[in-house]
Formats: sequence, C-alpha cells, structure tokens
Amino acid sequence: MTYEVVIGLEIHAQLKTDTKIFCGCSTRFGAAPNSQTCPVCLGMPGVLPVVNKKAVEYAIKAGLSMNCDILMDNRFARKNYFYPDLPMGYQITQFDLPIAQKGYLDITLGNGSKKRIGITRIHMENDAGKSNHDPHRPISLVDLNRAGTPLIEIVSEPDMRSAEEAGAFMRQIHALVRYVGVCDGNMEEGSLRCDANVSLRRPGASQFGTRTEMKNLNSFRNIERAIVSEINRQADILDDGGAIVQETRLWNADEGKSVSMRSKEDAHDYRYFPDPDLLPIIIDEVWLARIKDSIPELPEAKKERYSSELGLSAEDAAVLTSSIELARYFERCLAMINKPKLVANWVMVSLLALINAQNISIDDAPVSPESLAELLALVDTDVISGTMAKTVFEDMAKSGKSPKLIVEEKGLAQVSDTSEIEAIVDRILNENPSEVDAFKGGKTKLMGFFVGQIMRATQGKANPAVVNQLLADKLK
Amino acid sequence: MKISAKEVQNVAELARLELDEALTAKLADQIGSILNYVDTLKKVDTTGVPPTNHALSLSNAFREDVVVPSPGTDKALANAPLKENGCFVVPKIVG
Repeated sequence: MTYEVVIGLEIHAQLKTDTKIFCGCSTRFGAAPNSQTCPVCLGMPGVLPVVNKKAVEYAIKAGLSMNCDILMDNRFARKNYFYPDLPMGYQITQFDLPIAQKGYLDITLGNGSKKRIGITRIHMENDAGKSNHDPHRPISLVDLNRAGTPLIEIVSEPDMRSAEEAGAFMRQIHALVRYVGVCDGNMEEGSLRCDANVSLRRPGASQFGTRTEMKNLNSFRNIERAIVSEINRQADILDDGGAIVQETRLWNADEGKSVSMRSKEDAHDYRYFPDPDLLPIIIDEVWLARIKDSIPELPEAKKERYSSELGLSAEDAAVLTSSIELARYFERCLAMINKPKLVANWVMVSLLALINAQNISIDDAPVSPESLAELLALVDTDVISGTMAKTVFEDMAKSGKSPKLIVEEKGLAQVSDTSEIEAIVDRILNENPSEVDAFKGGKTKLMGFFVGQIMRATQGKANPAVVNQLLADKLK
Repeated sequence: MKISAKEVQNVAELARLELDEALTAKLADQIGSILNYVDTLKKVDTTGVPPTNHALSLSNAFREDVVVPSPGTDKALANAPLKENGCFVVPKIVG
C-alpha cells in the first residue's frame, strides 16, 4: 500500500556561550568529570538561578533568523521528572510562553524545487548531564559538566513528507545557526541534535497516524537513514494489518536499525508550572533592534544576491553559501579580484578539493583567500595560463609561498611575446610537413596536434591565444 | 472542586512519595479544600486585568556571560554516597 509520510523534527542546539545558562560555570567541552559544576547546576538546596543574558540574545537571534515572532514577554517553566542526569529533579525550560514562535524556513530539494517548513516554536532550556553506563556492573557514572548548558529547542511543524525533506531542513538549520553564530553545529560532540517524529497515513486522510519518536540522530546521513528505516518498519506493520505503538525508539547507526527504548515511566506527565525562581524576560524594542542589526546576511539572501548581482548560477550560489566559512572565503577573495565566475570556480573546484583531500576546515585552508586572489590576478592578466595556475595552486598549498614567488622561481610566466612564439611555431611547422599538408587538405583536427607540439616545446608557457592566432594565420 | 484518592496517588507516585490509604484520604480532603478556594478566586471578575506572570513585579535579572571558577570535582562530590573516577555513581539507568 502507499502511505503519506509525515515528519516533524525537534532540534536541540547548544548555544555557544562561555558559561552555563543559570550559573557562571564554563561550558568548555571535554573537561575532567564534574570539574565544571557548582551548587546551582548541581541542584543544591537554596540556590538561585540567574539567566545568562547572552543565551537570551542568542535565542532571539536564532528566532529572528528562522522568521519567528519574538515573544516580548516570555518566562521559564519547570518540567518535572526524575532522572539521575537531572540533578534538580526538573528541567528549567519554557512552556506556555516560549521566546520565539510561528516561524518558517524554505528548503531547497534535490530537483531544485522549494518548500516552506513551519517552525512551531523555539524555547530556551538547560541541558542535562551525561551518564556512562558500566558494561559489567549494574551502575552508571554521572558527569554533570553538561548540566546547565544553554540549549534552544527548535520544534518544526509536521510539514516534511520524506527523509530527503527532513535532511534538507536539518542542513538548513545547521547552516543557519552557524551563520548567525549561536551554535557551533558540531553534531559529533552533540552541540546540535535531532529527534524525528514519524508517522504514516493513507493519502488524503485528514488525521495523522500514530507517531514514533526516533532519538540519537547525530549526523545528516543518520537522520535520513533512520527515517527511511522507520518509514519501512511502519509500512510493513500497517501492510500486515497491525497498529503502530506510540513509543520512543533509539537509532543504532552501526546496525542500521532502531530499537524500542524503554520508555520513561509516566514520561508524559511533566506537570509544568512557571518557575518561581526566575523572573519573566521582557524584551524591549531597542534591545530587539540591536540584536536584529547584529544578524549577518543569511544564506537565502546571499544565494539570491550571488545569482542576481554576481551573475552566478543557482547551483554555484547554493554551494558557495552552504556554509558561512565558504561564503566568507569567497567574499574575501572577491573583494581583491572582482571576477565572480573565476573566483567561484576556483573556490568550488580547487579549494574544496584541497579541503576535502586534507580533511580540514576552510578556515584552516593552507591557501588564504588573499593568496588565491593574487594567483587569479596572474591568470586574469595573462601572466600565467589557467592550466599553469593549477600547478602553482598545488605548490602554494604545499609550500605556503606566494604565487608570484613560485612563478618567478620556477620560470612559469607565460610567454605572450609574438615574435618569440612565432619562431617556435615556424620550427614545429617545418618539422611536420606531412601534417601541414594534411591540415591544408582538410584535416582541421590536426590543429590540436600543432598546439600540443608548441606547448610541449615551450613547457606550457606559450600564451594559447597567441599560439592559436599564429597557427591560424600560417596555415591559411 | 474535588480531587479523588486515585489522583492523589498518581501525583504521589510521580513525586516518588509512598502514601498509605489513610494519608491519601486526608490529603485528598486537604488538597480538595485548596482547590475549592482557587475556584472561589476564579469567580473574581478580572476583565481588563493583565495576567500575572510572576508574584514579584520585577523582570530581567541577568548575568553577563563571564566564567566564574567552579569549586571543583572534589567539592562537587563531597556529599555523594558513591563516587568513582570523578563521577557520581548511580544504579544503572538503561538496559
């Protein structure tokens, strides 16, 4: 049978603050267990939480970048449940008055079509600690360094209809939080995590089917794989006349399948109530305007501008704006040599190949945008050919030398002097009389042969345009 | 408004409290009278009165994002009944 797939995502993004949301403990990753804790984040009796202003600003920034309404008067609530990684016995989160709501993002799918995905709400909350389960003994070891780390939870509308759409939405969120600088987007370290709600229904049905929640999706690939696997699992059950059980499932990436997680007892009775320890947050227009001004050009707007102002294709614009680092590199290079297509090609082909081969980030690229611009200026002014530039680029990556120095040291400068090249053209034509006759007899394909011979004789340094012109004149 | 013994038991379970039958009945009675009082309050005409977000008429108590040194692992674990490798030891949570 065919089913319509309905997917909603809940995304937790760790805010890139130096300290926790309600106390001054550091949020640095990888510190010794429990070394970054204090009475507040340990949930000791009698302590009072105080809100980190930057966390609030980051949450507003994220909300604005996702086209949300900001709730000018919002507050924290307690979500009550018992779990060893939650020292207070409740999570401080937002319930009826979240900081942002009613937003959307436009995603672009593989076939180029666009789709708008609604964002229900974004709320602030504190993270829990981390438990390590002993493989041999019936104990768990709890490290509360992460407890109290500021998070935003982004809740989407159930607007996605395939694993591809869910993957595209998550990529968009990932790019956005990094563009506005509120989250480092490191999925392996858990700075950005995703739970997926998946259900199936018969096409045209007005009600949603029973959904399951998939947890532990820590890469784009796993999000898509886990959703495909869950769609198939649910379809099989429904095809056999069975019913879906509402449950939380844990994705196992190694085995490529999910298992039912033992559900938390009474997990759905959290007894939310406003947290009396925390005062309401009231945002005024001045504060909001200041945060708005701090938001850089966002990927969608950038993509649009790259196409309309710089004349790049939609595909190229999409690649260049896929991450803030790549866009920044491109723009810094472009600032020094205003040749958008030339710069775009070099950044997308040579730079990305280099980054991928060395498995490093763009910010660590051994060739700076300024050096690349210098190299492209040499191409643009015919000092070296495009082909030669590739060799120079490789040398730059290895030696860190400037392109000018490499061209000078290796004598790679292109020869554009007509008289110098003419002598070589004449020599090659003299050495190959039968090919010349054949060419004149109509075998015009031999042009490539002559160009090749001349390039070899000049070690690739002859200006190809001059060579072609001379050959055309002499072979008339 | 009344609250049943079953509802009191449910709330007690969520709070990990063990109540015997007598105490359950007593609490149901007491909570019931509190809820009745709330019902009385509900009868007040609040047209035009903005909702109260907090008992204090204050807002925006913030701190700057500046690290304050933490007391450290030893102090954090000082009252823990069981500890190991700088961690709190608890009964196994999963599986």
